[in-house]
Amino acid sequence: MQPDLAVCMTGISKRFGAVQANDRVNLSVRRGTVHGIVGENGAGKSTLMSVLYGFYAADSGQIAVFGQAATIRHADDAIALGIGMVHQHFMLVDTLSALDNVLLGAEPHWQLARAQRQVQQELEPLMQATGLRVKLDALVQDLSVGDRQRLEILKALYRGARILILDEPTAVLTPQEAEQLFAVLRALREQGSTIVLITHKLKEVMRLCDEVTVMRAGRVVQATPVAQASIEGLALAMVGRKVQMGRLESAARPAATQALLVASNIGLRDDLGVQRLAGLNLSLHAGEIVGVAGVSGNGQSQLLDVLCGLSVPDSGQLLLCGQSFTSTAWLQPHLARQLGLAHVPEDRQARALVMAFVAWESAVLGYDGLPAYNRLGWLGHGRMRAATLAMMQRFDVRPANTELGSSKFSGGNQQKLVLARELGQAPRVLLVGQPTRGVDIGAIEFIYTHLRALRDAGCAVLVVSSELDEILALSDRVIVMNQGRIAGELPIGDCTEAGLGLLMTGGGA
Amino acid sequence: MSPAHGLPRWADLLLLPVVCLAVALAAAGTVVALVGQDPLEVMLVLVSGALGSPRGISYTLYYATTFIFTGLAVSVAFHGGLFNIGGEGQAILGGLGTGLAALWLSPSLPAWLMLPIMLVAGALFGMAWAAIPAYLQAYRGSHVVITTIMFNFIASSLLVYLLVHQLRPAGTMAVESRAFAESARLPSMRDALGWLGLDWPTSPLNLSLLLALLACWLVYLFLWRTRAGYHLRVVGASPAAARYAGIGPQRQVMLAMAISGALAGLVGMNEIAGVSGRLLLEFVSGAGFTGIAVALMGRNHPLGIVFASVLFGALFQGGAEVAFEVRGFSRNMVVMLQGFIVLFSGAMVYVIAPALAWLLARLAAMGRRRHAAPAAGAEHG
Repeated sequence: MQPDLAVCMTGISKRFGAVQANDRVNLSVRRGTVHGIVGENGAGKSTLMSVLYGFYAADSGQIAVFGQAATIRHADDAIALGIGMVHQHFMLVDTLSALDNVLLGAEPHWQLARAQRQVQQELEPLMQATGLRVKLDALVQDLSVGDRQRLEILKALYRGARILILDEPTAVLTPQEAEQLFAVLRALREQGSTIVLITHKLKEVMRLCDEVTVMRAGRVVQATPVAQASIEGLALAMVGRKVQMGRLESAARPAATQALLVASNIGLRDDLGVQRLAGLNLSLHAGEIVGVAGVSGNGQSQLLDVLCGLSVPDSGQLLLCGQSFTSTAWLQPHLARQLGLAHVPEDRQARALVMAFVAWESAVLGYDGLPAYNRLGWLGHGRMRAATLAMMQRFDVRPANTELGSSKFSGGNQQKLVLARELGQAPRVLLVGQPTRGVDIGAIEFIYTHLRALRDAGCAVLVVSSELDEILALSDRVIVMNQGRIAGELPIGDCTEAGLGLLMTGGGA
Repeated sequence: MSPAHGLPRWADLLLLPVVCLAVALAAAGTVVALVGQDPLEVMLVLVSGALGSPRGISYTLYYATTFIFTGLAVSVAFHGGLFNIGGEGQAILGGLGTGLAALWLSPSLPAWLMLPIMLVAGALFGMAWAAIPAYLQAYRGSHVVITTIMFNFIASSLLVYLLVHQLRPAGTMAVESRAFAESARLPSMRDALGWLGLDWPTSPLNLSLLLALLACWLVYLFLWRTRAGYHLRVVGASPAAARYAGIGPQRQVMLAMAISGALAGLVGMNEIAGVSGRLLLEFVSGAGFTGIAVALMGRNHPLGIVFASVLFGALFQGGAEVAFEVRGFSRNMVVMLQGFIVLFSGAMVYVIAPALAWLLARLAAMGRRRHAAPAAGAEHG
């Protein structure tokens, strides 16, 4: 083991059920460097860092910190070794002051006032040296997102972190705040700290990091000094060069079919005031599948919510099957269904099914108003059960038991049930979020076949997926989203994985 | 709300309540023994007092009638995802509605018209009293638990004020209204069975028991057979799924609380129209809170609520007998027993269910091993 390595992880494997999240991963982080770990969602970056920070125990493999073999069972062990982590979602108590958040769990004295004084005295020189300026007496809820992140870093440093792990630190920052963060991180590196940066923004890697490790599907596919890397090369390594799965050459489609859904100038801010969608324009035509590619968290989920009426945007117009809506009088979900819009949401367990209900009760969710299911407000249980059984047979849901609890089906069978329901009423527009997330390989092709059949029947389909392979396999046209905007739009013939990867990570244009 | 941790359905529905009840009785029996009484004797008096004679059964069912109304009220709100603690106040207001209708109209209307009017008045008053917290929850975000508790106090004070200052006939000391005319009296079970030529002892039990059972049936139909009930249950089980399905949660909150309040408001039909024949102070006397325990124990299902109501009715009736029969045993001990039952069938279910599941799994494993052992032996042989 080389002594100049701050972290040396060898042969780390971790499996969750059927998913091999980490497969014999090796990671070497040299002391006093900024080390980037890049990869798509689900590539295993976060799992690897969780193993290092003691959240998960690895199934196999060794960890050495500063040249010493280490056993990390708990976050406390990691902290004792000098490892600090700044999570993507901040771990702060909003109603306490910044100072109290720093000392929470690391109180140097049992008297609060003395502890506060002592911590404040220790923090002043630390803030001076690092440039991490935070108003210590302000309540966290009054701090800006950038301030909260600086506070998280201060918290880790106060606890003696010499290795700092940052998980997607710029995801929530404005460009200016990101710039300040980089300056701080560089200063910390000058002072001898080691920084591990988890990101999928390749530009940041090129600007900030000394070395980079690329992960894909649980494995390390590349580890190189940044000086010898290029954005294009990293994007290719990150996305991979797999065979396009099951891409069917679609028959020549009529060039201009009817536009069933036209959204224009959509803007949306979330509760924290972060701009999630900005100036977004989108049209969906009958008989096409449009794929929305992008790294998760770039506004795809919000786009789906806006288009199906679950969220009301701050600005914009929508034309759906001939009816127009504005942000002041937006589409409602039940009206969307009446107009022929079906929606397979990303989070099927929270939204698309009622976990506490049996299968046939979940299988009519949103459609219980159909004459087939009710007469003057009375539900026809027999007809609902029969319809559910028909859905289950058509979509090969196993077990085909209408009385089984919705939560008892596997993820793939839950998804097939949702698809069966949403596809069942011959929709004119279909929105699908993550169609095959958590679905076994056997069912993936089955789902693709049904989506294509729907397209061929004249439905307009929008597929949001974080799997580039899926986008390429299904789409006739691809839209790439980055930071709530459309970063590019390409016909499928012009799509390359590397090109899309560049657009996704903001590396293009 | 199913605390079943991998329990099979039969065990969840049958074994678990029985085990919970047994644990509660054992705990209560220990306390009884600690104060120097014979638990077995107390238990015997309790059971025979509640169920040992037609008169005992009659009283048990009378108490159960009120608990069915309040238990149903809690359960309908619960299916809509709301914890309605205000059954007490809604029952008071419902009784007030029933009583006011009777005081106003009973001298001039016949019974066949009067009783339905009293029923509707009771339901409407209860509904209105629940609608205010419901509105505050749905459209203003005030938590329904807090507001319904407060509304219990307001309802109770309102009833006292009205009885003391407005409804009490001049020159009387008792805090109660004048008696209703005969047309506002719900026939007792003794009279009703007498018409059929059957003999039944005198007791407060009256025809509102049938009303309570009808309410159970209607609540079942509503929750599981109508679109509106389906929407209510979706909102209660998964607000996110409800929004996705286009079901507005605010309307469902209003609906759930309105039905809940109306059901609680029917308590007056049993206590006012069926028994006292006048409006008085303590006609609810905690039944609204007992309804929470009843709904909890009955798993928020109408059938379960009937069983739980009879159980609690038996505890009330049997407890009164024990206090009367056993020297040195106060009614407070019975209240303690009720407390244990609420504790073990409500809160402690989450402790007992996993233990029971573990036990069943162990038993099943032992059964398999015994089954497998001869087969393995045969192979070797």
